[in-house]
Amino acid sequence: MHWSDEGLVLGARRHGESSVILELMTREHGRHLGLVHGGRSKRLQPVLQPGNSVHATWRARLDEHLGSYVIEPGATRSARFIDVPLALYGVGALAALLRLLPERDPHPALYEAATVLAGHLDDVHVAPALFVRFELVLLAELGFGLDLSRCAATGRADDLAYVSPKSGRAVSAEAGAPYRQRLLPLPRFLLAGASGRDPTAEAVKEGFALTEHFMRVHLFEPRGLDVPEERARFVAAALRAAAAPDV
Amino acid sequence: MPHSVAGPEIERLIQLLARLPGLGPRSARRAALHLIKRREQLLGPLTEAIRVAHERIVVCSECGNVDTADPCTICRDERRDASIIVVVEDVSDLWALERAGALTARYHVLGGVLSPLDGVRPEHLNLDKLVARAARPEVREVILALNATVDGQTTAHYITELLAHMPVRVTRLAHGVPVGGELDYLDEGTLAAAIRQRTTF
Repeated sequence: MHWSDEGLVLGARRHGESSVILELMTREHGRHLGLVHGGRSKRLQPVLQPGNSVHATWRARLDEHLGSYVIEPGATRSARFIDVPLALYGVGALAALLRLLPERDPHPALYEAATVLAGHLDDVHVAPALFVRFELVLLAELGFGLDLSRCAATGRADDLAYVSPKSGRAVSAEAGAPYRQRLLPLPRFLLAGASGRDPTAEAVKEGFALTEHFMRVHLFEPRGLDVPEERARFVAAALRAAAAPDV
Repeated sequence: MPHSVAGPEIERLIQLLARLPGLGPRSARRAALHLIKRREQLLGPLTEAIRVAHERIVVCSECGNVDTADPCTICRDERRDASIIVVVEDVSDLWALERAGALTARYHVLGGVLSPLDGVRPEHLNLDKLVARAARPEVREVILALNATVDGQTTAHYITELLAHMPVRVTRLAHGVPVGGELDYLDEGTLAAAIRQRTTF
């Protein structure tokens, strides 16, 4: 068995003295693990940091084997991340969420979203909104997509202000007003055509609360899991960044 | 299946030696043979040294270092600067910094770094003791000497947040070109970090 693909590094676990078991999110082969011989060498260790992109060639005798990777560096982002707590926490949260995917299940759209997000995690102006959008893509890829295009009650595409916690469909401000205590706020940066740059701390909080609700209901609770700590750390850092974007 | 050429005691010795870092089955055989040939000069003293170490080694309740006394030799050393705590991931890092001899401070061994893949969470690290030590009036600086990896620096930022409310200066090691490093062979990330953190010549 043999293939080559692009991949985003999610993590690497030591294996023996000089090798690592590398976890990649690949475009065509999903979340995929493999052994990297010499993965702890001075040459490869900087390449195999979470958040970096690589070109991977995987080989194994049988498809169900762990197999081994030959890695060539792609975009190296981790050195940029090291100075930015938001980016470091973001990489951890991104990897934690991608680990919800079954291994070797291809999700090209999610790979694209994850790569775009990884490329901007150190940009405090856009990272929080991008992360919320990534979580929406994750929910959609796992079959629990939200419909934020028009109001579930009136069919209007403007004046959207809430999301139904049950159906995951948007609700306009007018239609939702009587039920607003039971609805989830829809932050403006998630509306079609809206900019995700420098959202307010309140909007960031609403965005993460929205995705957390649906991830909790559809992804975490059915598996007996809690929301990952890495995400909580990222959300706290994102709220701090949104409150003081130039600090 | 290869048949054994020595008794079970020697085979067991070889198996145990093969578990040591840097030794595979073949080199473990060579090491075992070397010990056997130098039974009085090497095997006996080594056996005794390992037995004594096994009996006496303890983890320092103050800093997490390993030693034969608690508190460890470093924590008991009055000549060391008690105002600086150097935070390291592992005892091997402490030994490396001591070899460098760059400072005579106290240390704090975390026992790992945050690593979701390995299941290492804050409660698995020696963090409560670090916060308690940093709160002491004599402590003025905490140096985070953690690896320049995503996991290492995530842990460093996490500790920085833990200590943010304390009147201590939190610093970290510089990132950049290693001594003897040739720019052509360095990865782009390290070069970018070195450029960002350049100093006046």
